Amino acid sequence: MKLAYWMYAGPAHIGTLRIASSFVKVHAIMHAPLGDDYFNVMKSMLERERNFTPVTTSIVDRNVLSRGSQEKVINNIKQRDAEEKPDLIILTPTCTSSILQEDLQNFVIRAAQETSSDVLLADVNHYRINELQAADRTLKQIIEFYINKAKEKRTLNNIKTPYPSLNIIGAVSLGFHVQHDITELKKIFHDLNLHINLIVAEGISVRDLEKLPQAWFNFIPYREIGVLTAEYLRKELNMPYINTAPFGIIQTAECLREIATLINNLNSSTLVNYEDYIDVQTRFISQSAWFSRSIDCQNLIGKTAVVFGDATHSAAITKILAQELGIIVLWAGTYCQTDEAWFNEQVKDWCHQVIVNDNHGTIAKLIFEYKPDAIFGTQMERHIGKKLNIPCGVISSPVHIQNFPLGYRPFLGYEGSNQIIDLIYNSFTLGMEDHLLEMFEGHDPENIIINQSNITWSPEAQKELKQIPGFVREKIKMKIERFAEQKSIYEITPEIMYIAKENS
Amino acid sequence: MNKTNNLTFECETGNYHTFCPISCVAWLYQKIEDSFFLVIGTKTCGYFLQNAMGVMIFAEPRYAMGELEEGDISAQLNDYDELKRLCIQIRRDRNPSAIFWIGTCTTEIIKMDLEGIAPKIESSIGIPIIVARANGLDYAFTQGEDTVLAALAQRCPSNDIDELKQKQGIAKLHSPLVLFGSLPEVVVKQISLELKRQNITIAGWLPSSQYISLPNIGNGSYVAGVNPFLSRTATVLMRRKKAKLISSPFPIGPDGTRLWIQKICDALQLDSIGLEQREMEVWEKLESYIRFLKGKSVFFMGDNLLEISLARFLIKCGMIVYEIGIPYMDKRYQAAELNLLIETCKEKKVLIPHIIEKPDNHSQIDRINDLKPDLVITGMAHANPLEARGINTKWSVEFTFAQIHGFANSKYILELVSKPLIRNTYYQQLGWKKYI
Repeated sequence: MKLAYWMYAGPAHIGTLRIASSFVKVHAIMHAPLGDDYFNVMKSMLERERNFTPVTTSIVDRNVLSRGSQEKVINNIKQRDAEEKPDLIILTPTCTSSILQEDLQNFVIRAAQETSSDVLLADVNHYRINELQAADRTLKQIIEFYINKAKEKRTLNNIKTPYPSLNIIGAVSLGFHVQHDITELKKIFHDLNLHINLIVAEGISVRDLEKLPQAWFNFIPYREIGVLTAEYLRKELNMPYINTAPFGIIQTAECLREIATLINNLNSSTLVNYEDYIDVQTRFISQSAWFSRSIDCQNLIGKTAVVFGDATHSAAITKILAQELGIIVLWAGTYCQTDEAWFNEQVKDWCHQVIVNDNHGTIAKLIFEYKPDAIFGTQMERHIGKKLNIPCGVISSPVHIQNFPLGYRPFLGYEGSNQIIDLIYNSFTLGMEDHLLEMFEGHDPENIIINQSNITWSPEAQKELKQIPGFVREKIKMKIERFAEQKSIYEITPEIMYIAKENS
Repeated sequence: MNKTNNLTFECETGNYHTFCPISCVAWLYQKIEDSFFLVIGTKTCGYFLQNAMGVMIFAEPRYAMGELEEGDISAQLNDYDELKRLCIQIRRDRNPSAIFWIGTCTTEIIKMDLEGIAPKIESSIGIPIIVARANGLDYAFTQGEDTVLAALAQRCPSNDIDELKQKQGIAKLHSPLVLFGSLPEVVVKQISLELKRQNITIAGWLPSSQYISLPNIGNGSYVAGVNPFLSRTATVLMRRKKAKLISSPFPIGPDGTRLWIQKICDALQLDSIGLEQREMEVWEKLESYIRFLKGKSVFFMGDNLLEISLARFLIKCGMIVYEIGIPYMDKRYQAAELNLLIETCKEKKVLIPHIIEKPDNHSQIDRINDLKPDLVITGMAHANPLEARGINTKWSVEFTFAQIHGFANSKYILELVSKPLIRNTYYQQLGWKKYI
């Protein structure tokens, strides 16, 4: 048993549901107690999803506990099949249901005989893997299932496209700026005459998956979700893949060069060269290389930062800070403990220390000890920063609704570099502005608010007033005083406060 | 849809969305200031709380997960030792007056004997441990509070009131009255003030803002609930504590509040003072809202057990309620509220809406599509998708967290209900109704 207040990566079933809800016409049925369907709330709130989240629950209640689910799960699968006619139904156990040890696989087999949709049981161990690992696995599970199915039906299309093409794997719902990233990737690949064969999984049908092998190679923008699938496709269908994410100017160039080499190795008759494109984009389209050169950025040299997030984003931001801006990264860390070796390899040359930890208390302590000029982290680090008065740029999940912006905010590619630099620069200048204000003794609100009322507050009322949250206190105080004045009352008691409130 | 002149209860599949009852931790740790809540469950529970609590989680809440690991599930680890270790850590870091253990689905399934272990650890570490099984196998959302308060009730001292009076020579105007249900301190004060106007002094609240000041409840005490989801607590107070339950509608809306106070006055054998006048004044202040809401229709999908009281108040305001979805209906505890619903419908000459227990959200959405109500009161899982289809929604959870009790707060209920409808009148100018 472990005392825990906060977790960076969610439970396994969240990962499965993120994959299921990324495809169209895939429905997930959770085998879970009442209230475990919180995923629907997140999807509907954070992504402001317009459609009903295709996740329902086959409720585990007291009856199920004593007698087993029996026909309940099967009936729920059949009902969803009849009503929504999905291509695939994924039965998803949760932590709770997995310890019931019901034979869910058997339910799936039995239900599949009577449904027109395919039925799968999400194959994840809830006590051993987290959300990200589960998402990675479920994506592989689905793709493997449909590749095998296509093989059996002999519909697997193995003929490569005549022109260089790729699949993007890892477009998953509730990911950090994923939708914007995908748009940016589309733009870059379009510029390079690289045909995008499939984007997995956001918005595609599982029926499309048999077209996967037509692409020349797979492109995996993130570390956390997609690598298992890419490995599977490499072994099974001999498809190479690239897992260098185009974050920042330098790594984007590196990524595009890797792609060029790969294409040229695959087909020597159509040699591609992206150097001109990289050059023009870097110097003129993106502003970030020029920014590094500009005098603004000189002020950032030697400033200190700490970085924490998922492996992909934390490593990428660390490199941008150190390589492109000359900022000292005191430590770089990730909560993706299973990716420790990769992460270490990526950042060890660009920071003083590498941290792999998923305890936010430890991270808070480290931030406190190192006192960086700025933090780049998740929502949790943002709040730690607030407490310590250190500015923070949010660069990774877990995030709140403000990190699902309406505007175009990719992190990848050339526009992504611009966005990242803005984020970094704004974090540091904000910190500097606060610091300067403090040096010159700050804003002087006392001189703006003139208090001329002759109303007194009883000690109990003063106590009551202190209960009111700070940001509205002054406003409410004024309202109450105005009310009292009208009634010719000169001492405010709690009773007067309530009457004033009632009459406001 | 067919409606009748009688109460009809239907029960659907129970496939509906609601918050897990462990969410009660979010408001109870704030209410009971010297408490610490330990939720003994899995990552799923933790993830829910972390997300549902929003920014509260960053305010160093006096709550934590006792996160079960594989060793706990397979009983390789000893429950007693593990829990003791965690509680000692909590005592060292926070030093609370009481630790609440919240049992979850997992502790139920692996049959962890929390009630058995708690007294042993309590005596060994010297901090009271209260066990509540607020799990999703048995309960929905606000019922979590009910399980906690039912457990807490057993800790209240229960001296016989008559003996106490004799011993201390207290001569009081009325028998001691204890109110149960967790309300924000401001509302507690408003209600105390309201009862003071009737010369009623409240002997105590369950819960009070401090664990150490639990009220005395014994033979001769009167108790009254402020919320419709507290049936287990009511039962414990009656059966175990020998208190007399004042059955009444709940103090939600001016109609409910007036009757609630009246019933308390009746039980304590006091004549009410100016109560009808007070109610009238509040209704007058609500005039503009009522004019706006009159004739508009509402559909409650059901997720927090406040539905009957809210529907009754909205019908009184002239709204038309199509359906009252509700997770669980205790017809005895809510008897007076149900009677008031019938009376209100008769008075307003509208048919009594269907009450759907354990609703099925899928069928409800079909009915919503058919009925096209002006407002659907629902959880966040359905709110945006319904809005995209041109149906106004109000997020039901707001009613649990907003101040809605008593005369003074009636207007906030109507404010919540009107908000989406008012907003809609602006958007009509744009011309777009559907966003799918």
